[in-house]
Amino acid sequence: MIDESKVVVGEHLHRFPGGLRLRHNKRVACRHAVARPALPTQLAVPMLQQAGPPAEPVVDVGDTVLKGQLIGADPSGLGARVHAPTSGTIVAVDDGPISHVTGQPGMRVVIDTDGRDQWTTLDPVDDWRTEDPATLRAHIDMAGVVGLGGAVFPTFRKVDGAHAAGIHTLIVNGAECEPWIACDEMLMREHPRRVVTGTRVLMRASGADEAVIAIEDQMGAVQSALEQAAAELGDNQVRIVRIPTIYPEGGERQLIQTLTGREVPAGGLPQDLGVLVQNVATVEAARAAIIEGKPMIERHVTVTGDGVAEPRNWLALLGTPVAHLVAASGGYTSAAQRLVIGGPMMGYALGRDDAPLVKAGNCILVLTENNVRPTQPEMPCIRCGECSRVCPARLMPQELQFFIRSGQLDAATDISLEACIECGCCDFVCPSHIPLAEWFRHGKAEARHLARERAFADHSRERHQAREARLAEARAEKEARMARRKEKLGNDAERKRQVARAIERARAAKEKSSTPDTTEKDKGGES
Amino acid sequence: MNRVFPTGTAPHLPAPPTVAGVMGQVLLALIPGIATYTWFFGPGVLVQILLASGFALVFEALALRWRGRPLQPFISDGSAVVTAVLFALCIPPLAPWWVAAIGMAFAIGLAKHLYGGLGQNPFNPAMVGYVVALICIPAAMTQWLAPREIAELVPGLAATLQAIFTGALPEPLTVDAVTRATPLDSLKTGVEAGRFVIEIRQSPIFGDFGGRGWEWIANAYALGGLWLVYRRIITWHVPVAVIGSVMALSLPAWLLDPGANPEPLQHVFSGGLVLGAFFIATDPVSGCASPRGRLIFGAGVGIITLVIRRWGGYPDGVAFGVLLMNMAAPLIDRYTRPRVYGR
Ligand code: SF4
Ligand code: SF4
Repeated sequence: MIDESKVVVGEHLHRFPGGLRLRHNKRVACRHAVARPALPTQLAVPMLQQAGPPAEPVVDVGDTVLKGQLIGADPSGLGARVHAPTSGTIVAVDDGPISHVTGQPGMRVVIDTDGRDQWTTLDPVDDWRTEDPATLRAHIDMAGVVGLGGAVFPTFRKVDGAHAAGIHTLIVNGAECEPWIACDEMLMREHPRRVVTGTRVLMRASGADEAVIAIEDQMGAVQSALEQAAAELGDNQVRIVRIPTIYPEGGERQLIQTLTGREVPAGGLPQDLGVLVQNVATVEAARAAIIEGKPMIERHVTVTGDGVAEPRNWLALLGTPVAHLVAASGGYTSAAQRLVIGGPMMGYALGRDDAPLVKAGNCILVLTENNVRPTQPEMPCIRCGECSRVCPARLMPQELQFFIRSGQLDAATDISLEACIECGCCDFVCPSHIPLAEWFRHGKAEARHLARERAFADHSRERHQAREARLAEARAEKEARMARRKEKLGNDAERKRQVARAIERARAAKEKSSTPDTTEKDKGGES
Repeated sequence: MNRVFPTGTAPHLPAPPTVAGVMGQVLLALIPGIATYTWFFGPGVLVQILLASGFALVFEALALRWRGRPLQPFISDGSAVVTAVLFALCIPPLAPWWVAAIGMAFAIGLAKHLYGGLGQNPFNPAMVGYVVALICIPAAMTQWLAPREIAELVPGLAATLQAIFTGALPEPLTVDAVTRATPLDSLKTGVEAGRFVIEIRQSPIFGDFGGRGWEWIANAYALGGLWLVYRRIITWHVPVAVIGSVMALSLPAWLLDPGANPEPLQHVFSGGLVLGAFFIATDPVSGCASPRGRLIFGAGVGIITLVIRRWGGYPDGVAFGVLLMNMAAPLIDRYTRPRVYGR
């Protein structure tokens, strides 16, 4: 259901509330062109690389696979398919580290690479300009494309929903607002034509009439590259808009607010405003899936941080061990202290570096002691209000954390815990060093759990009540029957009594009319 | 060959300021005010600050021990010292030493730790200490000196210490001399006696706007306060609302009847209003959280202050204004929550 009033995208820029201006260290990783690291001897490909249920392995130990061959199916249709990143032999299908945000191990398919990197047969569309948009979307689905900006939501489902809602504008998110991460910028710098083409392909797949590619205001070179590419491709529906670099500008909802001045309604989706947001790397993955028929088996990744000797960007196969990528980037420096997947604001720390690169892995960030906050004692909240000042969702984190800590999840839900985008701005400024975003992740999970339990309880209660009602009805029915019968019986008895009385009366009348002796006689005769 | 790393939660960035850092900046911002105060009224101010801070830390330590909490990091978070300094700036410079003791006992022991310590206190501890002292020992709380320009004597350090610790006033000061009416006192008693403000203000204790000396101290407080706003330690809402509401309410009264009502700027520059606006009403713990809430909170403080100055039993009302609004703060917070994204 699209909002009536016209949503104008990117004509004027608007400011979203809160946010942080962070020091950016993107340049260090941009000195080298993007390259591929040497093929690792082994790839461990997790089955769970996206939001939704994990894929189910469709290969067994000992199978040989070709590059791009399906190894994980998505029977529920709620997750995403997984493909072999290179050719080789399956040596294990087991549980192991999967670089998941929870830190939990999970199912993976381990491939011993054969070094030939031999493709399976690919199935590109003939001409995306004429192909049915539904076919384009099906190709995205088949290729296992997921959102590469961090949320890793299956792209097919998002595009399909947007198409069904009849969106008008595709917003391509090239604003990587986290410090250090530069892979999206490198992609746009090196392959502007692919980005523009991908944008047009996705416009067709999603039914959008126009598109805006949003980039950060300091990416001047990127803008001219993209504009030139658009001109060369004879495209005039794709506009490039530069937006100020304020974290979390790259957040979907903040980006929409910046470009349209409108907020996605609570509980709604961007498509309610007639827009669809896709990360620029996702757009490229969708393009490769549709035009080249290539499944999602590799991604751009920034390997950077003061803990890495030669920070740079790679185009790496999924399943490549993090250690392999760091080694290719000159290895750790002596000060390396923390290993993070993603950016410093929203990324998660890995405990060990044999974990694989996954679809969500836009950055491998190795930090030193000076880069991270030392673990400090957490102080009580002093209600300074810094957290609410920087919250882009206009929440009051100090109240939320109080409610969550004291177990008042309903109160937290009442003041819109769900609206928290977990951006970590509040954490960053809190003088009491309260891990606020962590509490909110926890609180949201708990609240959802509670809601599920309640729904279940409601359901059981409804069932129970329905059963009670049925029984009550049956009882009432029975009673009614009894009552009717009783009434009937009662009536019968009454009638009997009436009959008896009538007989009585008749007899009495008879006795009166007849003589006493006759009566005697009669009586005698009768007895 | 695989490396193991210690993990931690996001954000993976250098640490933000600490509570102690915030408190330290508040103390820094008070320096101009303290210096000016000392210039006009002698070293008694500094002695009171040291005394109160000492008592505050002792009571803080005792309270932490009593509550079974570790001394660190709480003892060095600076919050007790801020409370002590604000309290010391509200009491007469020659007040006997036990005023600070009593004030801090109530501020730290009652107002802070009985309610659960740092971050939990619904009332501003410094103001609780001040009001308790004002009510229990009014005599000691009203012995104000005259400022330098008109004073018979600005007591030196030795005389000050003697006065504070033994109660013996230095020559030629007498009890009468130190029980000097503050400008707000004389204004109040004068107006109540039916005299015109203009007339009352002929007294040498008045300066251009507020009391002589006091107005400069207020300027210095404002300077420090503005620096805090600039450093984003406090927001502009509370100071603007406090001062704005006082001006807005006293202006019509003054225009209508300048004989009985002081001009707005006199209200602003008298008593503890500027100190209160920038340093006391801005206490985050006992105040409001949202910008709108802070505006209401500040306006409430300003209005109550004026009402007490005009009709109340005390010459100044900032402390009462703050405490009364502290009571209202949770309610205000409830009704001034910002609209959440998408709602
Ligand atoms: S920033 Fe931290 S201390 Fe300040 S109000 Fe928020 S949670 Fe409390
Ligand atoms: S993590 Fe949530 S509460 Fe904190 S600033 Fe971001 S959106 Fe607001």
